[in-house]
Amino acid sequence: MRFESVKPLEENHYRILDIDGKVINQEKLPNLTDDQLLYLYRTMLFSRTIDEKALSYQRQGRMLTYAPNLGQEATQVGSAYAMEKEDWLVPAFRELGAWLVRGVPLKNIYLYWYGNEWGSHMPEGVKVLPVSVPIGSQFQHAAGIGIANNIKGEKNVVVTYIGDGGTSHGDFHEAINFAAVFNAPVIFIIQNNQYAISTKRKSQTKSETLAQKALAYGIPGILVDGNDIFAMYSATREAIERARNGGGPTLIEAYTYRLGAHTTSDDPTLYRDDKEVEEWKEKDPVLRFKRYLLNKNLISEEWEENLKKELEEEVVSSFEAIENKSDTEIEDIFKYHFEKMPPQLEEQLREYKDFLEGGK
Amino acid sequence: MANILNIVQAVNQALENEMENDPTIVVYGEDVGLEGGVFRATAGLQKKFGEKRVFDAPLAESAIVGTGVGMAINGLKPVVELQFMGFSYPAFNQIISHVARMRNRSRGRYTLPMVIRAPYGGGIRALEHHSESTEALYAHIPGLKVVIPSTPYDAKGLLIAAIRDPDPVLFLEPKRIYRAFKQEIPENAYELPIGKAKIVEEGEDLTIISWGAMVREVQKASEMVKEKGIYPEIIDLRTISPMDRESFVESVKKTGRALIVHEAPKSFGPGAEIISVINEKAFLHLEAPPTRVTGFDTTFPLPRGENHYLPSPERIAKTIEDLVKY
Ligand SMILES: Cc1ncc(C[n+]2csc(CCOP(=O)(O)OP(=O)(O)O)c2C)c(N)n1
Ligand SMILES: [Mg+2]
Repeated sequence: MRFESVKPLEENHYRILDIDGKVINQEKLPNLTDDQLLYLYRTMLFSRTIDEKALSYQRQGRMLTYAPNLGQEATQVGSAYAMEKEDWLVPAFRELGAWLVRGVPLKNIYLYWYGNEWGSHMPEGVKVLPVSVPIGSQFQHAAGIGIANNIKGEKNVVVTYIGDGGTSHGDFHEAINFAAVFNAPVIFIIQNNQYAISTKRKSQTKSETLAQKALAYGIPGILVDGNDIFAMYSATREAIERARNGGGPTLIEAYTYRLGAHTTSDDPTLYRDDKEVEEWKEKDPVLRFKRYLLNKNLISEEWEENLKKELEEEVVSSFEAIENKSDTEIEDIFKYHFEKMPPQLEEQLREYKDFLEGGK
Repeated sequence: MANILNIVQAVNQALENEMENDPTIVVYGEDVGLEGGVFRATAGLQKKFGEKRVFDAPLAESAIVGTGVGMAINGLKPVVELQFMGFSYPAFNQIISHVARMRNRSRGRYTLPMVIRAPYGGGIRALEHHSESTEALYAHIPGLKVVIPSTPYDAKGLLIAAIRDPDPVLFLEPKRIYRAFKQEIPENAYELPIGKAKIVEEGEDLTIISWGAMVREVQKASEMVKEKGIYPEIIDLRTISPMDRESFVESVKKTGRALIVHEAPKSFGPGAEIISVINEKAFLHLEAPPTRVTGFDTTFPLPRGENHYLPSPERIAKTIEDLVKY
């Protein structure tokens, strides 16, 4: 079994594709159709285009603070693709690739970062929780959803994400412990992108790996090459199947790298050098998967060029649809706190509107 | 060279001055070391004082404050940074259960000369949870001082006083005006008294009590109403708890009218406490009901709505006029 053969304590990454896109673990290669492979690649490119456009809009003063996902596409797209329709996704805040796979409309994503609460209003049928900015807090919700599934006798599972920094938080410990004690069907995925803002992974914990923390909770843990989409898919799939069959939670450490800044307010040159970034660019997850698909003659450079154009058009039109049309309605600030607005709030809303109507 | 600084630089200089003076001071929090903090308030300190005294904490607010308790008991003076006030709540248990109680429950045997710094407040179009103004939650805790400066001069003098204070101080920095303006301030360490308000502008017609980034909005409103012949007296409270009650009670006795402006939600906000004190101590001098211009009783809206939430000079000016006409 992989969870025994890949021992978290040995820094031994579970990997299927090498950097050149060659299959090094044929036995574990997921059985995916060509259409599925193309969908995965398209989604990774879509994610990248959304990030790159958001960053350029931000530079032009058309977008607010934005947290890009660059470099973590395989971690997210691969793991989220292992889920079934009825499963729950509980994100932190840097899970663009997973949101896309799970059907969160780009409009919501951009609206959220653009500063309108409607971005967190998920469409019916999309079982994705809103962004959770307070680090670690979402892990508890994931555990709760999983425990509720057990109580209700439902078969769906929960996939949740946290950063390497988040593993230092009390919420991380408490949530995994709960899920383990109640044997809840929850897949806890650590996106170890090596940094929490400026703080290096080594400064967060003395543990050699983050995956090994699973041992203390008595659950399986696995260290996965997070830039290998097949490894992420396969490891998550196995964990999900186990959870669905009553096997309880799993902790997955996806070893990856944040190629971009923490957010657009961050200046990474203060804490890391270009050489390190260049080295990781060699391990770019999108490039790796592309090499695999090229080798397989599934795609061509020309095909990709056309796809990129198409994706960019989609991104531009989604953004333009919300730009200048996303100011918050005054009532919306007030009316969603309770099912029924209390008199104090009604009064404050009325007074504020009177003030606005009074001219000044 | 003249020492002309904005608020973040004043905070930075206060830390530097005091760390030079007092080798027991340690500074830590998320990203405060190598990077110098996300707002650069601790920039250069690790380089100057070394990694033993200035360091990055693992990402855990409860531990940042909780270890501070232990350090303070063991003879150090921790000055910890919480990256944003919106992320102070994981530490709430440590603050309310230990930081604020240790002196009292040990009958003075253990005291906690520590400072918890956090940027607070809205107005910078920030992400969710980055615009909080929940000083009332903390001011309500017995045994904790809550200080909020609104100028570089005050920021430096009050932070130094907070560090020297034998008791724990929550020091909230209005990030909206971190870099809004500069002032020439003394280069060496100086102290301003905690628990003392400041009269920013003298006037006869009404008393306006405010703090943090709202002080500037009040000043703008004051310029607007002066054109109409109304002269407000503006008080910058500077310390939320313990409050300088005399400052505004005396002023209200003179003007007969009181307006409180804060960006925190209205209900149960610090304004409610101020009005109670005015009612208790200056009731017979009142010519109009003490009034508030505040944030709403709502979650702080995301950026596309924050302009509605935050008291604007126009909203303040309108209320001033109503109050004077009452
Ligand atoms: C409780 C809490 N404290 C602090 C912050 C500020 N903050 C936002 S992201 C971040 C670093 C997170 O690092 P990591 O968990 O590794 O996730 P990454 O950003 O790398 O995806 C910090 C400190 C926060 N959002 N929540
Ligand atoms: Mg990280």
